[in-house]
Amino acid sequence: MDYLIRLSQSHETFRLPEIQSLAVLEGIEMEVKSYSLETPFLIVRLPSNDAALRLIRRSILAMSVYELWGSATTLDELHAVVRAQTEHMWDRYMTCSFKLAIDCFQGSRTSEEKVALINAFAYLGFAGPIKMRSPDEEFTLFEEWAFNAVPLNIPDPNRYYFGRYLGMGARDLPKKLDLKKRRYISTTSMDAELSLVTANMALAAPGKLLYDPFAGTGSFPIACAQFGALVFGSDIDGRAIRGEGHKTLKGNFEQYGFLDCLGGTFTADLTNSPMRRRPAGSDGDDGMTGRLFDGILCDPPYGVREGLRVLGVKDPEKNHWVIPKGKEMYKQADFIPPKKPYSLFAILDDILEFAADTLVDHGRLSFWIPTANDEEQEVPTPTHPFLEVVAVSTQTFTKWSRRLITYQRLPNSQVDLAALKEKQTRQLTGKNADELNPFRKMYFTTKTEAQ
Amino acid sequence: MKVLTLNFLTCAVKACKTSADSFPLHPQDAELVQDEIEINPELLINVLRRVDWTALRTTSTELGFPDLPEQAPTTEELQSNETLLKDLHHLLMETQITEGKLVCAHCGHEYAVREGIANFLLPSHLV
Repeated sequence: MDYLIRLSQSHETFRLPEIQSLAVLEGIEMEVKSYSLETPFLIVRLPSNDAALRLIRRSILAMSVYELWGSATTLDELHAVVRAQTEHMWDRYMTCSFKLAIDCFQGSRTSEEKVALINAFAYLGFAGPIKMRSPDEEFTLFEEWAFNAVPLNIPDPNRYYFGRYLGMGARDLPKKLDLKKRRYISTTSMDAELSLVTANMALAAPGKLLYDPFAGTGSFPIACAQFGALVFGSDIDGRAIRGEGHKTLKGNFEQYGFLDCLGGTFTADLTNSPMRRRPAGSDGDDGMTGRLFDGILCDPPYGVREGLRVLGVKDPEKNHWVIPKGKEMYKQADFIPPKKPYSLFAILDDILEFAADTLVDHGRLSFWIPTANDEEQEVPTPTHPFLEVVAVSTQTFTKWSRRLITYQRLPNSQVDLAALKEKQTRQLTGKNADELNPFRKMYFTTKTEAQ
Repeated sequence: MKVLTLNFLTCAVKACKTSADSFPLHPQDAELVQDEIEINPELLINVLRRVDWTALRTTSTELGFPDLPEQAPTTEELQSNETLLKDLHHLLMETQITEGKLVCAHCGHEYAVREGIANFLLPSHLV
């Protein structure tokens, strides 16, 4: 059976990857029959109506799913297809209450036109009462119009679909977790909608363990908790996690009733991590020992506002007093360890290395990185022999873009050992933030300067 | 810091990673708090697959809990023995260290725990 998933026409490059991840999560075999970034209609073949409902019930970007009763480029053809494919089902809906609706994408119809379109379905012969609110069954005629159809006076849509409504996605979830209503946020908190999409890409679910090593105020941990996973978080800045008064990361979990899902938080630097791990592919890596997490998700500092830093001393020759001072004072409770600037490319490598060591087989790594609209300053998708890229989606802003990249941890048996031998670690030891972060330099340089 | 989380953590000093003594960290002057959390058998079974059982036995004894059996329970044992499941749930999920220190047996470094949050940041001479 084919189904029509009516997607939101926003975050276009995230939509299909999200649905595909949900198919993996629910163990549903899904075949994509038709999809375009330009329209909100995704046609898929699925094993059953139950599978269709399970598939989108957690989707943030899918609005609803329908049994596809027909698809055609003209109305006459549509009605012919609907008759041919579904006539044997009509008696099921003969007496129940029902409603017909019209969904015009990128187009518009007058009231009279809509009435005419609906009446053309009279051959269905449904005899039950028409109920506009909460009918037993709802059928929708979808119209896919060309871009700018209205100003260009295009008379007909490119395509029609007709479907029977089955159920909806989770587009109301972002409102529940809206940052505007959250007790504790900061300038780096990711919005609820994309946090939830990221949690879907990381396959967060009840019974699973997930970790965010750049937790900040906890946007990703909150999204994972919404989907019932047990989540751990850490950040190099203890103040972010501890917060103040009742405005804390833990306080956010209390606000939503998610405390049972909070595994724990701690202050740590990913490049000096206290997490136990076995180097991927080493003798100790038997596929189980030291594999702690089902998923790792994060939004690492891009180096722009947060200033990407790790533990260490900047200019140790120049600041020669720092290390002896540290030896003297580090046991004091208020000691703040020094930090040094660090390259975005290096932290990405560290994240991949960490994920390869600590993810279970087929575990997911999902993180956000900046790109730049200018091709010269592109941050390429990082690679690692033990991690296979699952999806890359892009969110575009005016001056810059950022990407959500998702990987899965390959079982050792599937790893390309030749690639492993060739893998070289990039070592970048730059001095100032601009040198280390080509992205930052791009963002803050005016267009004329760049040209 | 839940006992479960403690089971995932070693000394952060890179030089200690090669020594078996850096794991588990040893709680000292620890203040414990018992939460009340609804038991989730599926989660617990999954969690126990990730737990280092030998280290858990050490931690459990150090915190004053009755000794755990030498062998980690199998999935079947967990599914049939409700008392065992409850005890492990109580230890791993409901027992929290709110204040105290976590000490590395190899280098002696002490990580402070304040309000349940442990601090693993290192001074520059240890990085």
